[in-house]
Formats: sequence, structure tokens, C-alpha cells
Amino acid sequence: MTTTTEDRPGRIEARPVRHPWRWVAVAGIAVLAAMLISSFVTNERWNFPFAFEIMVQRPVIEGLWKGTIFGTFGAMVIGIVLGVLLAVMRLSTNPVLRGVAFVYTWFFRAIPRYVLLVLLGTGLVFLYPVFDIGVPFGQQISAALGLSTDLTFAQFAYRDLSSTIWVGALGLGLSEAAYMAEIARAGILSVDRGQTEAAQALGMPPGKTMRRIVLPQAMRVIVPPTGNETIAMVKDTSLLIAVPVIVELFYQSYQFGQRTFQIMPGIVAGTIWYLIVCSVLMVGQYFLERRFGRGFGTAPAARTKATEAGGEH
Amino acid sequence: MTTDAAAPALVRALNVTKAFHGVEVLKGIDLDVRRGEVVVLLGPSGSGKTTFLRCINQLETIDGGRIWVDGDLMGYDDRGGVLHRLTDRRIAAQRRDIGMCFQRFNLFPHMTAVENVAEAPVQVKGIGKREARERARTLLDRVGLADKADSYPAQLSGGQQQRVAIARALAMEPKLMLFDEPTSALDPELVGEVLAVMRELAAEGMTMIVVTHEMGFAREVADRVVFMDAGAVVEHGTPAEVIGRPQHERTRAFLSRMHAQETEHARVAAEHAAAEEAALAAEDPAG
Ligand SMILES: Nc1ncnc2c1ncn2[C@@H]1O[C@H](COP(=O)(O)OP(=O)(O)OP(=O)(O)O)[C@@H](O)[C@H]1O
Ligand SMILES: [Mg+2]
Repeated sequence: MTTTTEDRPGRIEARPVRHPWRWVAVAGIAVLAAMLISSFVTNERWNFPFAFEIMVQRPVIEGLWKGTIFGTFGAMVIGIVLGVLLAVMRLSTNPVLRGVAFVYTWFFRAIPRYVLLVLLGTGLVFLYPVFDIGVPFGQQISAALGLSTDLTFAQFAYRDLSSTIWVGALGLGLSEAAYMAEIARAGILSVDRGQTEAAQALGMPPGKTMRRIVLPQAMRVIVPPTGNETIAMVKDTSLLIAVPVIVELFYQSYQFGQRTFQIMPGIVAGTIWYLIVCSVLMVGQYFLERRFGRGFGTAPAARTKATEAGGEH
Repeated sequence: MTTDAAAPALVRALNVTKAFHGVEVLKGIDLDVRRGEVVVLLGPSGSGKTTFLRCINQLETIDGGRIWVDGDLMGYDDRGGVLHRLTDRRIAAQRRDIGMCFQRFNLFPHMTAVENVAEAPVQVKGIGKREARERARTLLDRVGLADKADSYPAQLSGGQQQRVAIARALAMEPKLMLFDEPTSALDPELVGEVLAVMRELAAEGMTMIVVTHEMGFAREVADRVVFMDAGAVVEHGTPAEVIGRPQHERTRAFLSRMHAQETEHARVAAEHAAAEEAALAAEDPAG
């Protein structure tokens, strides 16, 4: 070889591809941003200082904790537990359970959350201010037979509860369960059939097989979409006013604005809180997904060593 | 292996039939397996070996015939000639005495080796966690994996995974072990370590039904070889009879195909060993 360093190709110093449209887009965005900022500054109806003030008012903070955060938490707990149960029922060999799960999912997916909350809060209390728990048609039967009792075992004053966060969270949770059922079903179906068969071959009964073997593995598939559902639920707590639950973030901040004839700051105060809560949850979701995405096919490092050790037999 | 011919069979299958979507894949299988006996099932792909094995522990329900394991009618309660299907719980209870190893191991990936082995004794037999783990470690030691007790299945080689699977089945102290091609998903160099564990198990007197294409194992370990084709038993007898002097054309055809394959495997294994030896020699010229 007689080639010298000079005629061998050296370090590459090429011109990068130009992206003129990117600059056009940046300019457009800059103009829009400037317009928005100019509106913030010149239109005093925005009144940001007052919006920040509304954010920390006691009723607003109370609405944040009891309405948004507790409401989301309660609804998601009900939704996840009931949803997993529905998924297991949906996949069961028992046609009655399958049917019940199907009808439940059908009903609660079809009915809007706002309507459901009105129905549970306002509608149900109109029908039953007090729940009588007893024999069906008990009052009619006892009247016909001339009994002294009306065959009611327990009473429960629903009207005392009907416009509390409990009913609100229940309503959102019942609705959420229908969606969680689909997510959990996909998760359960993602687990290899061989896992169930191995557990069965060991003599594990179906319930234990589900709890100990299938569900823990289904979690990998269930967790990421559940994070999305939780974030969506934060926003849906603003529907709680339909119950009506008035200890609710947006209702309180909006009302505060209205009372002081400062509509926009009231809306902005609520919006900023939703942005904050959802951002925190998104960060949480990121870490949760990283955790659950890990494991399973990884760590092949042990393989070569393992093969050597195995060779002794 | 010595077996008492007069002793009642541990497994008795009588005229077992099974169809999938109207296609009969088992056409009246009869098989008796005595206590301590090792039976190897041979047969071409699709002949129904896996299906028959799964029928024994009720992973498939049979359409006709009867299967008894240790005197228990599998899957049904015979009340005066009328069969009543058993509940899932009672079927689960019947499976406790039957261990099974799958072609694809089916270890629980979210549990370590020792957790895999201890799971069923804790959940099914109600043994304390501490004791179950201790026993699991002993079993893992027995299959040569004491040092891998805390590894997850994904961190183990195929051969190691299958040995954990064997330990997991043994943890239930089964009367009978079913093996469905336990080595056919393994790289050739890992087959030996699994077969060694199975040989040991056979030597200790475990009753085993083994579906395998490992002819060496069948010849040396089996008390009896059963050749199946198209859902029926074509012939059965000692390894010397069935493998050495097959009576049926289909058996002969199958065995000659197996033989060709085996020669090929032996050639690959020999090459492998030679390469390894060469590598060792290169590494350590003095030795
Ligand atoms: N779950 C099922 N549904 C429908 N058909 C099935 C099912 N399982 C097995 N079969 C069919 O039954 C027949 C017997 O299958 P089986 O798996 O028992 O054969 P095998 O002898 O184990 O074959 P191989 O050596 O390939 O494992 C095959 O034709 C197969 O396609
Ligand atoms: Mg098979």
C-alpha cells in the first residue's frame, strides 16, 4: 500500500440539510405568542394577580382536595376494583356472570357521566329519599295478609348522602369501571395461556390462579392506560356539580369570579390547578410505566455463566 | 426398573376418545402404567401425544372412555353408573398428585426460581412460607440449581428453566409425572442436563409418562415404549421390542426418520464437543 494520508478520505464536514419551513413555523408561532402576551398585558379583564388570589382561597383549596383529589382517588379505586372484577366475570365460563358483566359495561358506557351524576344525585333522591331494604313488595304483601310488620329490615336515609362527594365518587367510579373492565380484560388476555395451565397442573384452583399468577402479570399491560384514565378522571371531577356536589374546584373558583364580577380570573384559577394536578400525575405515570415496563425479557447477562454451570450435569 | 406386574395400575386409560371441533384426535386409547414405571410415548407430529397427556390431568376433558389415576376416576364422580362432572375445585384437587412439565417450561416470570417452586405448596397445600422455601431450596439443589434460587426465569437458560419447572412439579410430591417434550425447545447442548435430572427421577422410582423424541433416553430409561399414530396406539412393548424390532410399517417409517435425525444431532454434538476441546486446548496448551 502506497496511499498517503492525504488521498484517503478524512473527517466529514458536510453542510446539514436546510429546513426553511421550520423557521416559517417558528415565526408564525412567535407572532401568535406575542398576540397572546399582548392580550394578557393590555386587557385587564384577564387580571392574573386576582386569578392567583382565587387559587388560594379556602373554598377553592377545599374544592381541590375534597372534590378533585379525593373525588379522583375514590372514583379510581371503585373503578379499578369493580373493573377488574367485571373483566374476570367477562372472561368466566359462567354465562350468568358473563351476561351481567356485559350488560353493566353496555349500560355504563352508553350513559354520559354528567347524566349519570344527575341521575344518582338528584334523580335517585327524588325516587327514594329513604331506602327501605326488605322483601320485594313487602308493604303490599303485609297489607294483603294483614301483618303488623311491613317486611322492611333496614332503612337508610339516602337524602342525607345524595349531594355529597361519596355519591359523586360512586357515580364516576361506576362509570369508570366500565372502561377499566376493558383495560383489565386486555391485560388478562395478554398473559400466556401456558401460565394458567401451569398453575392448574399444580392443582391451584381458578381463583388463586387468577390472583397469584395471571393478574400480577396482567399489571404490565393494565398500568399504563390506567394512568391515562386517572388523568382523565381529574378533569371529569368538574362534572361533580351535576350531583350536585358544590365542594368542587371549578365550581368554587368560577363562583368566586362571578361573585366579584371577575369571570375570567375565576376560570383561569381553576384551569391552572387542573394543569398542576395533571402535570404531577403525568410525571408519576412516567415513573410507573418505566417500573412496570422493566423486567420480563431482560437481564440476559446471566445466560453465558448459567450455561457453563449447567454443563456440569 | 422392576415393576410388579400384579400390582394395580397407577394410571389406567380405557378407550379414551377426544375430538376438537368434530375432528377425532384420540381414537380409543388404552394404556396402563404401573407404579414406578417409565413409559415413553413416541409418535409423529399431530398423533395426539400432547392431547393424551393433557387428558390425564384434565387440562383437556375427554369425550369418551375413562381415565383413572391411583384408583380415582379423573374429572367425574361415578354415582351408581351415572357420571357427575366434578367441580373446578375437585378437579384442582385431583391434579395435585400429578406433576407436569411443559415443552415451553411455563415458569411464572414474575417470581424467582425459589418462589416458583414454593408457590403451589404454600397456596395449595397450606404449608408455611418459611418451610416451603426451605424445601424449595432443597429441591433446587437436587436439580443442580442451588445457586440460581433467587434468579428470575428470564435470567436462566432454557435447560435451567426446565429443571426449575421439574423442581416446581416435584414440590407437590406427585405420584405421577407427565413430561411433554421437555427438551425439544432446548439448544442441543442443554438437552443433557434436563435428561440427567429425569434419569435420576426414574432411578428413584417415580412413575413417569414422557413424550420425547430423545431415542437414547427412550432406550435406556423407558420400561415401556408406546408408539402412537393418528390418535391410536399402534404398538407398545419394551424399548428393545418397539425400537429394536418394530412390527408395524408406520413404526418403522417413524423410527428411520428419527434415526436419520439422531445421526445428524450426534454429528452436530460431536462437532460441538470437538470445537470445545480445541478451544480448551488453545486456552491451556500445557493441560
Ligand atoms: N386446542 C386444540 N384445538 C384444535 N385442535 C387441536 C387442539 N390441540 C390439538 N389439536 C389437534 O389435535 C391433533 C393432535 O395434536 P397433539 O398436539 O396432541 O399432537 P402431538 O402428537 O403432541 O404432536 P407434536 O409432536 O407436534 O407435539 C393435531 O392435529 C392438532 O392440530
Ligand atoms: Mg405435542
